[in-house]
Amino acid sequence: MQFTRREFMRGGVAAFTVGFAAPAFLSELARAQSATGRSLVVLYLSGGNDALSTLVPYTDPSYYSRRPGVAVPASNVLQVGADLSGHPLGLHPSLTGLKSIFDAGRLAIIQRTGYADASRSHFKGTDILATANPQSAQGTGWLGRYLDTLPSPVDPLSAWNTANLLPHALQAATVGVPSIPNATEYAFSSPNTGVEAEYSAAASLAMSSHLPVEQPQLSFVNSTAQAALATLDRVGAVAAYVPTAVYPDTGVGRALQAVAGSLATQVGTKIFWVQTGGYDTHASQGTVDGGYAGLLSTLDGGLSAFYEDLSNQGLLNQTMVLQFSEFGRRVSENGSAGTDHGAGGLMLALGGGVQGGLYGTAATLDDTPDNPTLENNGRDVKYETDFRAVYARVIDDWLGTDSVSLLGGDFRNSAVDFV
Amino acid sequence: MAVDPAIAHLARRAGFGYSPAEGATLNQMSVSGAIDALVDYEQVPDTVDDNIGTPGFLGITTRGPFRPNERITDARQRVLFRMVHSARPLQEKMALFWHNHFATGFGKIAGQIGPDAASRALGAKPSEDANGLRGQYELFREYALGNFRDLLIQVSQDPAMVAWLDGDTNLKANPQENYARELMELFTMGVEFYTESDVYEGARVFTGWNLASNRTADTRYATFRFRPEQHDTESKTFSFPIYPDGGQTIPARSSADGMQDGLDFINAVAAHPETGPRLARKLYAFFVSEFTAPSEALVQQLAGVYYATGYDMRSVVRTLLSSAEFQDPTHYFARYSWPLEFVVRLIKSVGWTGYSAGAAITPLANTGQILFEPPDVSGWRLGTDWFSTGTLLARMNFASSLAANQQFNLRDAATPQAGTPEGLLGYMVDRLEPGPYDTQVENDLLDYLNAGGAWTGSSAQVRTKAAGLAHLIGGSSEYQFV
Repeated sequence: MQFTRREFMRGGVAAFTVGFAAPAFLSELARAQSATGRSLVVLYLSGGNDALSTLVPYTDPSYYSRRPGVAVPASNVLQVGADLSGHPLGLHPSLTGLKSIFDAGRLAIIQRTGYADASRSHFKGTDILATANPQSAQGTGWLGRYLDTLPSPVDPLSAWNTANLLPHALQAATVGVPSIPNATEYAFSSPNTGVEAEYSAAASLAMSSHLPVEQPQLSFVNSTAQAALATLDRVGAVAAYVPTAVYPDTGVGRALQAVAGSLATQVGTKIFWVQTGGYDTHASQGTVDGGYAGLLSTLDGGLSAFYEDLSNQGLLNQTMVLQFSEFGRRVSENGSAGTDHGAGGLMLALGGGVQGGLYGTAATLDDTPDNPTLENNGRDVKYETDFRAVYARVIDDWLGTDSVSLLGGDFRNSAVDFV
Repeated sequence: MAVDPAIAHLARRAGFGYSPAEGATLNQMSVSGAIDALVDYEQVPDTVDDNIGTPGFLGITTRGPFRPNERITDARQRVLFRMVHSARPLQEKMALFWHNHFATGFGKIAGQIGPDAASRALGAKPSEDANGLRGQYELFREYALGNFRDLLIQVSQDPAMVAWLDGDTNLKANPQENYARELMELFTMGVEFYTESDVYEGARVFTGWNLASNRTADTRYATFRFRPEQHDTESKTFSFPIYPDGGQTIPARSSADGMQDGLDFINAVAAHPETGPRLARKLYAFFVSEFTAPSEALVQQLAGVYYATGYDMRSVVRTLLSSAEFQDPTHYFARYSWPLEFVVRLIKSVGWTGYSAGAAITPLANTGQILFEPPDVSGWRLGTDWFSTGTLLARMNFASSLAANQQFNLRDAATPQAGTPEGLLGYMVDRLEPGPYDTQVENDLLDYLNAGGAWTGSSAQVRTKAAGLAHLIGGSSEYQFV
């Protein structure tokens, strides 16, 4: 039987009806949880990031012959040395902040991540990355399954989605994840003032406290309301956070500032989701300047401020950022000075607990059908490291849970030992 | 007075709910009469825009003159205005359905052809545009219940769509795959029913379906153009039939005849055996229920009408609204409202005198739906995805601000029935019509009315509590369903 996305949502709805911890208990819970301290910040680049422009194989002649309009010139890349196969590589010139973090040994770059028979569909590809299941990309997400392992009652701020839409990766069976795109607007208002406003808040809390099992959809909305009302105070504290670094006024900058605020005020959140879009660069991608360079500047600016802010506050060692996208892009450029949907991609991890460096080997890009590092008749980069091996490393060695049970199989790979 | 539940259900699904005055009119109609009036909307003149700026209607907030044909923020307000006031609600509802189905975003287009041209490409109304341009939303209104194959042809040549999915750079030497992929994956048959090879061949079909950039005086606008010299004239072969005889190959053609490739291909994806069922399921989820899947019999019935009528959506939607499944009371409120449905229904039921469409734009963004800015080409994430702590608070807060704005109007309307707390509660529940409350919730609301002292029914008390109820009911979970 085939499920559509919507059918999955419908099927999954009953799962969200488990109640949340009572508000009075939450601050205790948060304090207990933040003591153990590690957080994972997932930074998702939606649209399919062009890995070959992020990490440039600047000595590969085929890179330049197949990308005459979008290749980054060798003289402009930020060199990061050679990988195990001897390919010299360089970061895109927009990534000056990431280059510093790499030089400090706190940025791991895992090359050619993906899976067999990669989907070139944004939506299916995203679902596969989210569920960690290429065969059947429905059901809970891999991060949602992690949240399901937390002991009950679960603090509603155990995870924090900074995007408007809850990503599939965070869909859990027993935990509802709050989406807080803007901490300052996360408040309860009333048409009346004073004591009448307090009566309204009390009524809202009472009305949403009923969770009838025979009405799972209503219970889902009610439990969402309960989670909202129970988290207002702590999110308000995050909104008042004054950072120690200057964040750029971009979506990703504001989101990462909220993450830092949450870490600094010890909210107790374990999983953050930050998403930034625009990576579907079918046209006018540019090289040193232009559309793609702008995307990476935005990204680099946000991450640099975040890294500095956490360093200043001594929070770097308890934080890991994991960055990826749904697929890499085609090797040859298209007629629009852009690139179409491809396969093998790139994952980055950074933080105080990360062993920096280059992991895996670069593809050689010569356009021959028997090139073992390419697939699809030489069109796309073939994956080398299963993306689930990266998840497994994060789950086992950072989050301290068992990857085999969360991922439904043993994807551990000793070569990706970046934690 | 409460509206008959079957009629109210129809008004929520095939429209955006009803104002108290509209409810009284609807109550005079039979269900089948109401369905005919909604579906055969051409019998009602399309005059809704004439009332923009007229006292007594939803207001408009604008800097300088109102320019919905060339400024996207004004275009958004015009769409909202129509949803609140149109006498052809199903036309507006289907336009929104198609906007989600063929989801096209302003931001990317503005980057490609400029914000003015992008606003025109999405929002221009031909009768008001100096160059007679028809923006994409007007296309959706024109074909709201039109022929689906013809709609696909129009969409494939729609300048906003061509810009959005990079068709302007689909050239002979370097085919651009974006449109061909989404035409099959999202607009017609679905992701499981085409191959990567079909995407490459489909991209070649649409080579040369590009844009022209035009300028008259100080006006810039994009139009569709077919460039024969940029069309790949070789044959294209697919994994599914293109022609009624089962042929899977579009023959080699001269570049002058090359546009026929695309028309043949659109015919094929409209006729594909999975397109009718996929549209049927999507319409079921939109009109009937997100809580249950349609019966296979209903899917086959709707798909049968789709193919038998040559893709006539009016016949398909009429069949659906007339079905036993649609009218089954267990499907009342069995759908999560979209933010636009929530906002418009609340405005219609709470009131709009002294309120502006412009005031609803930011709340819509905070609840997750910005017109002309879907998250991507697959449209908005529906169902439970509309609801997170942040978006639900934004819904509650919209109800709060609208209730505060309408507190005097609500007081005046409610006063005759506000002699007791129960009387006021009954009036407000009938007026807003949330999904059914159980006794506990009714008691919570009565507790709210009784909080702060004895009931006197004074003007100040009715004003405070009627606004408070509009906020609590509009923000209640039961109200989030339609």
